[in-house]
Amino acid sequence: MAENVVVGNDAVDLSRRKFLTTATIATGAVGAVFAAVPFISSWAPSERAKALGAPAELDVSKIEPGQMAIVTWRRQPIYVVRRTPEMVEHLKGHDDLLKDKDSSSSDQPKYAQNVYRSRLPDVLVLVGTCTHLGCLPKQRFEAASPEMGAYWPGGFFCPCHGSRFDLAGRVFNGSPASLNLRVPPYQFPSPLKLVVGVDETQKGAA
Amino acid sequence: MAAIHGPQGAPTPERKGFLGWLNKRLPVDEFISSQLTGYYAPKNFNIWYFFGSLALVVLVLQLATGIFLTMFYKPGEATSFDSVEYIMREVNFGWLIRYLHSTGASAFFIVVYLHMFRAFLYGSYRAPRELLWIFGMLVYLALMAEAFMGYVLPWGNMSFWGAQVIVNLFSTIPALGPPLVEWIRGDYGIADATLNRFFSLHVVAVPLGLLLLVMLHLVALRQTGSNNPDGIEIKKKLGPDGHPLDGIPFHPYYTVKDVVGVGVFFVLFTIVVFFVPTFGGLFLEGPNFEPANPMSTPEHIAPVWYFTPYYAILRAVPDQRTGALLMGLAVFAFFLMPWLDRSPVKSIRYKPVISKVALTLFAISFVALGYLGLQPAEGSYVLLARIFTVVYFAFFVLMPVYSRMGQPKPVPERVTYHAH
Amino acid sequence: MRIKVRALEALMCGALLLASGGVFAAEAEAGAEAEGGAQTNWKAWHAEVDVANKAALQRGARNFMNYCVGCHSLKYERYSRMGQDLAIPPELLDKYLVPSGDKAANYILSTMPAADAEAWFGKAPPDLSLMARARGPDYIYRLFKTYYVDPTRPTGANNLQLPAVAMPAVLSELEGLKKPVFKSVEKRGEDGKTTTEQVFDHFEQVAPGRMNAEEYDAFVRDTVAFLTYVGEPAQLQRHALGIWVVLFLLVFTWLAWLMKKEYWKDVH
Repeated sequence: MAENVVVGNDAVDLSRRKFLTTATIATGAVGAVFAAVPFISSWAPSERAKALGAPAELDVSKIEPGQMAIVTWRRQPIYVVRRTPEMVEHLKGHDDLLKDKDSSSSDQPKYAQNVYRSRLPDVLVLVGTCTHLGCLPKQRFEAASPEMGAYWPGGFFCPCHGSRFDLAGRVFNGSPASLNLRVPPYQFPSPLKLVVGVDETQKGAA
Repeated sequence: MAAIHGPQGAPTPERKGFLGWLNKRLPVDEFISSQLTGYYAPKNFNIWYFFGSLALVVLVLQLATGIFLTMFYKPGEATSFDSVEYIMREVNFGWLIRYLHSTGASAFFIVVYLHMFRAFLYGSYRAPRELLWIFGMLVYLALMAEAFMGYVLPWGNMSFWGAQVIVNLFSTIPALGPPLVEWIRGDYGIADATLNRFFSLHVVAVPLGLLLLVMLHLVALRQTGSNNPDGIEIKKKLGPDGHPLDGIPFHPYYTVKDVVGVGVFFVLFTIVVFFVPTFGGLFLEGPNFEPANPMSTPEHIAPVWYFTPYYAILRAVPDQRTGALLMGLAVFAFFLMPWLDRSPVKSIRYKPVISKVALTLFAISFVALGYLGLQPAEGSYVLLARIFTVVYFAFFVLMPVYSRMGQPKPVPERVTYHAH
Repeated sequence: MRIKVRALEALMCGALLLASGGVFAAEAEAGAEAEGGAQTNWKAWHAEVDVANKAALQRGARNFMNYCVGCHSLKYERYSRMGQDLAIPPELLDKYLVPSGDKAANYILSTMPAADAEAWFGKAPPDLSLMARARGPDYIYRLFKTYYVDPTRPTGANNLQLPAVAMPAVLSELEGLKKPVFKSVEKRGEDGKTTTEQVFDHFEQVAPGRMNAEEYDAFVRDTVAFLTYVGEPAQLQRHALGIWVVLFLLVFTWLAWLMKKEYWKDVH
């Protein structure tokens, strides 16, 4: 080393040096983490994304019984089915054909963890994306149709890989999908006026 | 200190474990020992020597913030302005990323101008560092192009009109001028085509060029070693271990010192970013908060402050072509410094009074021209701009003569250093 | 050399502080001068905006919705954002500020079709989201304080800040009507000849408005404060966060400096 640089052999010097170096590096690391926050945060949905993801409204009385309407919420298709009493009947009797008949593994709010998978028996609200790889299942409401088979109680059929779901969105055995179709948060602020994206626990984007 | 520094180039002991595995495949230890712990820099660096590392810091800052801005910015006549407001209002912390980038641009020039001034003070452009200086000047040119194009991107009214005026300057080139201008613009006036190509150049091409030039600049520095405030070549006096007597290992001494510099810089920088990001209209100009309007020129077109010295020179000459030529020469003159300065000594500390006066007058005229470039070209401002333009050029043109006049002070054998 | 370096350091620090101080002073200028100075000196009037005063911003928002949004949009600002920043509860926001048929998440848009506006006023009323940043709060303040009666104009009004302004004196019901009083001033030209010029001296109230001078002044200030907020909603966050960032960096720099001093004890 050059003659003008003399290393301090003093134990006190070395430990002070070590302390200061550690303290500075630690503070610097903390600063770096804080500095990263705005950048990482910027990737989260922006105000515009959140606004566009605002709750979707639908007047269910405009849907013919037995028909389905689709609204968009947070860039997802939401299937709203006005079930007839007959369709509600067809929800029973095929529990042994279902992978998750109690919806114990599937994703839905508390009020949809029942045989109807909805708040009201006659209105079904589902996220219309197959729980396998995300395609949009097609409606196959006619029971025992030639295409679907004699056992078919009516429901949904996903064209991509053949997953089948019943009229409550519950997945059948033999489907590549393992979970029932998801149920979004929703509520009825007044009878037959559906708001998707808001319920008791979730205020939804404003 | 258990640092691994041996004399430059000597083999370092075999490492075990992961670092041993790594070192067989990448020259990590070799790099550390040759570029950091084994690289000796003069011990007498003063405050003027912070700005090189600060320039690197600002470059990294601009790259990081620029990358993130590009994720949200949408180039295009119809979308640019709105997307910037989207960033400012709707993207989480978008306002912060934007202000970091806009303040960073001005900070870059403050740092670079001070960095260049250091070279003027201590003769850092003199042999054998001419190429180091040239690479630095090329970095400066690239930086000016980068800043100019970056300012167009928000597509505010000043973005538009600033681009209009500066691109029109190229029309002064004889014969080639007008077709060249149309080729640059990609249209008959500043338009969407211009905006989009500036976006590509600003985000990809010039940053790549900047990185390459900065790398070359650093390699050239490494080759010659650093100058110092006394202008003495420290390699001329080596100690028994082969290292310069007046040198100290870059790591840990200058790494530790530069961290302090970075800290002070960021304190000042964040004060601006968080409390005065427009800096009184100097960093973010008022008219740029109005969208570009080809039918309406702002009352007062001025380039951003870091271009104003040259703008003042441009306007000082009543003829457009000569003004543009003089403006170009004003920048080009810097390139010639290694050959204009004929003083027997490098550092201002030992140069005769006349050189000190010349440098002081130059510094004053550069700042004065900068101020004048911000003002409307009216009244006494016009005369002052002309006077300072003359002083500015006299500094360069007369340098071969006055740098040989007078009696320099004796240069010491060893650097002057006081413990601090 | 040490003294020179120290002096240089001190000079640089001083210069930088002075420059910053100058900029701070310029930005905080509003606090120094109070309105109520001679009317002749209207160009020196300052709006004295304090964006931290939420009450003022709320009143300004109400003023804007009542008097401005008919023609001017704030196309970058959402009702919901405004409600959040100004601490207006969502129910009150929906009831008083969001027009029926509009959602709180929507941008604040004027209902006037742009083509009609241009036909009626000769110029489409500009969006005001960034007006406070483009021209400054003082400009807007002076605009609304220097309207006067002028029968020669199509709108019947003229303005000192923006002569031949296309915008009618929409606030005249509040401010009343005033007319300018000029005085003759002699000016010596460059050629030595003296000319007489009519220079504005003061305003004279011609008809009363619903508000007195103080109330109207407060009205304008509140609205200008609101527009300053709209120009940059992040400024509220910016100041709050900035204090912590600078403090943290000061601590870090101090530690780094101690570390540097320790290592440089080696160097002689």
